Amino acid sequence: MSELLKIKELTICPANAPSRKLVSNVSFAIEAGKTTCVVGESGSGKSLTALSVMGLLSHQLVRTNGHVLFQGQDLANLSAEEMRKIRGRKIGMIFQEPMTSLNPVLTIGFQIGEPLTVHLGLKGHALKSKVALLLEQVGIPAHRANSYPDELSGGQRQRVMIAMSIACEPLMLIADEPTTALDVTVQAQILTLLDNLKTSMNMGMLLITHDFGVVADVADDVVVMFRGEVVEAGTVDQVLNSPSHPYTKALLACVPDAEGKKPLKPIDYAWLKSERVPV
Amino acid sequence: MSEFILKARDLNKFYMQRTGRFGFGTTQVKALDNVSLKLRHATTLAVVGESGSGKSTLARCLLQLQPLDGGSVFFQGRDLADLPAGELRRQRRHLQMIFQDPFASLNPRMKVGEIVEEGLLIHGLGNKDERLDKSLKMLVRVGLAESDMNKYPHEFSGGQRQRIGIARALVLEPKVVVCDEPVSALDVSIQAQILLLLKELQHEMSLSYIFISHDLRVVRHIADEIAVMHQGKIVETGCIQEVYESPKQEYTRNLLRAIPGQKRQMV
Repeated sequence: MSELLKIKELTICPANAPSRKLVSNVSFAIEAGKTTCVVGESGSGKSLTALSVMGLLSHQLVRTNGHVLFQGQDLANLSAEEMRKIRGRKIGMIFQEPMTSLNPVLTIGFQIGEPLTVHLGLKGHALKSKVALLLEQVGIPAHRANSYPDELSGGQRQRVMIAMSIACEPLMLIADEPTTALDVTVQAQILTLLDNLKTSMNMGMLLITHDFGVVADVADDVVVMFRGEVVEAGTVDQVLNSPSHPYTKALLACVPDAEGKKPLKPIDYAWLKSERVPV
Repeated sequence: MSEFILKARDLNKFYMQRTGRFGFGTTQVKALDNVSLKLRHATTLAVVGESGSGKSTLARCLLQLQPLDGGSVFFQGRDLADLPAGELRRQRRHLQMIFQDPFASLNPRMKVGEIVEEGLLIHGLGNKDERLDKSLKMLVRVGLAESDMNKYPHEFSGGQRQRIGIARALVLEPKVVVCDEPVSALDVSIQAQILLLLKELQHEMSLSYIFISHDLRVVRHIADEIAVMHQGKIVETGCIQEVYESPKQEYTRNLLRAIPGQKRQMV
């Protein structure tokens, strides 16, 4: 199997409190053409893990241990210049809030074209036609290239974000809660779009979510995080149908199902603490 | 008294929206378009719809927090619009609201004890000791500690703040509670806690809930009846099981199909 990205024993701490581990000993791998979902509650360290892959951690946080290997190359050893060549070119990223991650004073056509100019040197007519192609690919009419972000709906903005991130045909896509801010019908459309793009471009996808419904629909592999640690990892069938860690079981028990048959059971954190099995 | 505690008939609400170049033009947006609904005593009616469907406008209009452009709301058979101001204020005690954002809906400069007590004070219920005693009992009932009375909202997590919001609304012993997306800002484990708490309290206090939500999985668990809103109109209503198992409208079918997690069986 071709491992695209390998995270090994990743540990992240606040710069001024090196003993407080926000992400502790996290290891997992992502393969080309597969979707790996990282699930967890807020504060479990799932976003930090993704940001550190991209080298986008805040200056107040430091990586105290571990490696992030992309195609066998340790991203930590790269200079800022080299990292910039990977970011957006080989690894694309989609953020949660399509409102705040687009520049309101630039047309979406310009913003989609920017990575193409920077990384591939596309200009003029070639650039224009590639942007049009990308817009079609994500389901926005090509003439909307001259629109500004505020003229688009939330779902369309997220489509623009996706077009930007796949512009340079990256090998891997990181999506941090890409559908959390969207309506459920739009969410279904965006997830289908991402899934189709992943297959057609054979991308590896790292999808961060807190929604087990989303996991069930798109994941190949699942990583469950709790308080900065990976408590369980495996294929989607393993994790969803026969979870082995008590936290995974507890988390699954509080997800409401669409049929309303399953009684809801909140997580008993005190019990988890006493039951805490080594990970 | 009829079995319906709250009835809304032909509610209409319009907004003017600026359109065109530099916003010189205006068009009318129908936020509520002839909306009628009935809430049975001690049951939960869920109002679902996508963003912009008018469900939050409906919540505010039902409680007379926003003036209506047409239609009437009957609480225990009385038209709220016909009540004199003083009487409406007295009735508000029975009509409470739980808000979506537990970060924005609590006054950051007031202590939790004061926040919960304020309603009792405004409605002149009990003397100082009784009010204090009532607020304390309510706070403990929703799962907070006695010592939390003297803390400020920022000292609490999102789930705890939502508990404060619930205590604030329920200390007045209301009859109807409108819950506007009460769990959508919370983690799934906290969401389960709050949903169970709301159900328990409904049972204990015979509360009738209007439960506004965009999450059809949550609604399936808490509601007895459901109203589906789309572009200011109610497109389908019925008992929850009926609507989920055999939806009549195409729009409802689309919503139900879009619920994530249906491609695979989960434990």
